[in-house]
Amino acid sequence: MTASSNLRTVGTPQLRKEGVDKVLGRAKYIDDLEREGIWYGATVRSTIPRGRILAIHYDARVDWSEFVIVSAGDIPGKNHIQMISADQPCLADGQVNHCDEAIVLIAHPDKRRLPEALAAIYIDYEPLRAVLSIEESETQEEIIWGPHTSEGNIFKQFHLEKGNVDSVWAEAAYIVEGEYRTGAQEHLYIENNGAIAEYDEVTGITVWGSLQCPFYVHKSLMAVFDLPAEKVRVIQVETGGAFGGKEDYPSILAAHAGLLAMKARRPIKIVYDRMEDLAATTKRHPSRTRHRTAIDKNGKLLAMEIDIATDGGAYATLSSTVLSRATLHSTGPYVCPNIRITSRAWATNTVPCGAFRGFGAPQSIFAIERHMEQVALAVGLDSDEIRRRNFLHDGDTTATEQVMVEPVILDTLLDRALEVSDFHARQSEFARLNPLSPVKRGIGLAAFYHGSGFTGSGERYLNSLAGIDVTTDNKVRVLVSSTEFGQGTNTILTQIAAEALGIGYEDVIMAPCDTGIVPNSGPTVASRTSMVVGKLIERAGRQLVTGLRQDAGLLDNYSTQDFFTSCLRYRELHGKVESLCRYEAPPNIYWDDQHYRGEAYPAFAWAVYVAEVAVDTTTYSAEVTNFHTVQEVGRVLNPTLAAGQIEGGVAQGIGYALYEKVLYNNGHMLNNQMTNYIMPTAQDVPSISVHFEEIPFAHGAFGAKGIGELPHDGPAPAILNAIQNAINQSFTSIPLLPEDIFIRVTSDAHEQEQITV
Amino acid sequence: MSSRQFAIQFTVNGQSARVEAPPLKRLLDVLREDLGLTGTKEGCGEGECGSCSVRMNGALVNSCLVPILQVEGSVVETVEGLTVDGELHPLQQAFIECGGAQCGICTPGMLVAASHLLSHTPYPTVDEIREGLAGNLCRCTGFIKIFESVISAAAKKGSQAHAR
Repeated sequence: MTASSNLRTVGTPQLRKEGVDKVLGRAKYIDDLEREGIWYGATVRSTIPRGRILAIHYDARVDWSEFVIVSAGDIPGKNHIQMISADQPCLADGQVNHCDEAIVLIAHPDKRRLPEALAAIYIDYEPLRAVLSIEESETQEEIIWGPHTSEGNIFKQFHLEKGNVDSVWAEAAYIVEGEYRTGAQEHLYIENNGAIAEYDEVTGITVWGSLQCPFYVHKSLMAVFDLPAEKVRVIQVETGGAFGGKEDYPSILAAHAGLLAMKARRPIKIVYDRMEDLAATTKRHPSRTRHRTAIDKNGKLLAMEIDIATDGGAYATLSSTVLSRATLHSTGPYVCPNIRITSRAWATNTVPCGAFRGFGAPQSIFAIERHMEQVALAVGLDSDEIRRRNFLHDGDTTATEQVMVEPVILDTLLDRALEVSDFHARQSEFARLNPLSPVKRGIGLAAFYHGSGFTGSGERYLNSLAGIDVTTDNKVRVLVSSTEFGQGTNTILTQIAAEALGIGYEDVIMAPCDTGIVPNSGPTVASRTSMVVGKLIERAGRQLVTGLRQDAGLLDNYSTQDFFTSCLRYRELHGKVESLCRYEAPPNIYWDDQHYRGEAYPAFAWAVYVAEVAVDTTTYSAEVTNFHTVQEVGRVLNPTLAAGQIEGGVAQGIGYALYEKVLYNNGHMLNNQMTNYIMPTAQDVPSISVHFEEIPFAHGAFGAKGIGELPHDGPAPAILNAIQNAINQSFTSIPLLPEDIFIRVTSDAHEQEQITV
Repeated sequence: MSSRQFAIQFTVNGQSARVEAPPLKRLLDVLREDLGLTGTKEGCGEGECGSCSVRMNGALVNSCLVPILQVEGSVVETVEGLTVDGELHPLQQAFIECGGAQCGICTPGMLVAASHLLSHTPYPTVDEIREGLAGNLCRCTGFIKIFESVISAAAKKGSQAHAR
């Protein structure tokens, strides 16, 4: 890319497109919208993790004639939510497989009448044995999903081999083993899930919702209502945070609202309160990762044997693709000639786990980056040196034999991270001062990559379509189903369109995110919007300019006025001014889904993060006191938004490491309130420095790669590495709460005493 | 909840308001449902997230915890009242320029809390901002750009005059 100096809009801090509406409080989220004659819906949920439904009783003290009631029998089409598999019912029919599974829906014109009615519906169950952990599921004593064979309880498994792992253990100078665990994590978008639905015999179903993927919902509704595509319309409204949590769940909620609307013959709104949202919607997959690593005397990796297990919950949802990404990120950014990875996603009778920023990568990166710290200790090298000796470079191959054809600048990123954090000087200073204080300070780092876009052949299957049109009143519109939920889709895509068209940022708007208006540019997930969808918009813009030049007399060095004049002429000739582009894979991309070999991702974002911590040995609390991020994400399209993504991701990563614990009791989330599910507040987040190195990627929009998920990957291992540096304790499980530190430190002290005695 | 309706009179953003509502109806719901002021958001319904922050008689409150009966005769300020003569409040401008708003759902409450902070601490330090906004959760920004927004607004001339 040579045109960087010519870019006018891309790379500049253009103001958030919908920013004014948001600061004025006039942006309309789902709960801010009403429809004439609307009724409100609520959900009866299972109170046991697994069992047969024997009977549903409606207490006669409630006048049920005032309510509309929907159960599985009312579903006109298929009783399943169409994701990767079709195993998850829209409403439980005869059996429940997790707590808080939806069984019955009710609606009433007065939403204040709903709680008493919900409490007056009783369900008789015959409980069945529930499987509540990876370990229980692995025994396969009780098969809760899939065939009653050795495949039982397994949503998906992968096996990857590179080189010959078995040949090297004898010659290894060091062998390091470890087991690492990560817990469930709640997205905690501040806006709960919600949807409004209307049903009409002639036009079909329309759903407005807080959601990430309009066409996922669209596809799912077609199956549930047995309707053709043109009779299903999904409209995304302003969405108050998502982070993956509104990728798959809105398909369920939209169907529920739609079923009530169909039966009530009225618009229906369902908006969850916080307790229901926390208890019933998806979480990040808990994981357990085992590493066995052979290292030579110089600290070079000889072999990596990795075993990953994730807890997928009761239905398959997105577990297979989450597992795929976990698998493909499990070796870290290192080169190793011999690799074996085995990974499995297990079924349990808990609320299905789903997408969450990072999508499996934070789990496996936590494991490898904690493990590399133990490798460093075993070999006797510094944290930075062990990594430097094993980094991937241009021309090296990954676990899938993908050759690094794009520049890899991990050494530069590491150097920069050490420099901006003053790593070694801080480490020495802490080592000198720690003996003098009950507060022990430490510094730690993590190096990692995040693959941009869908894995393997995913983008080819998606086959996304996106474009630009110009309306008769001279509005240039970006046509995508890619959604804005805070990350900056509106701003970035209009910047790209303006740049490609050679007009002003203010001259471009987003078309309404309505499946009846926009093409399917794919889901808004997987750090793909800037890189993949952005590229389609860039191409569509250039294609339109070429068309205007050829057919409508647009000259070089045109003004915005010339552009619109030429659009008028073009419209007279062609009837409309529209330019659509379909996804084209970068050349020389080869992926073997069967053997998991080839180009897993068209591009990778790279990073080195450094955390400083303070561990108070009187309260056993650990806090992050300073944080530095250095990353290469291709061209930075908007520096303000890009830094905002990094800072927000780091804050979520800090929560993942030190605060956020989902507690289950017999499969039900116990702490389903903001009072006791604790995320970092303004007082818990440290100063976060953000540094970008930019290497434009030819196949991303104006050089962009993915950015959104990367910052969630690194904080947890960097923080626990820093804690190890501070108090010389190796913790292998997150979240790491003060009680965990207390138990470890005091039991160690106790053991020491016993030894002395 | 009693369905008996009470007439409640109070001032919202400088205008007089009169509603008929059950006495325990939350101020949040009265603002949103009875007065159509949907800028104030519900995030948790238990006073933890601060999305429903409004000022009541000069104090910062979570409107999900205030029964409407308690509001009789009070002066309430919401995000809709932040603009001055149709112009964006310096905080609103700064949140747009510095990236203090991402998904925007916490933004109204955050802006009200920040304006409350500036009303008693016109030039806050970062630590004072952290404390002043500790009751308002944001899941998108990691708070850093919110701190920058508040500092930027405070530094702008006239912020003292606007921060009521």
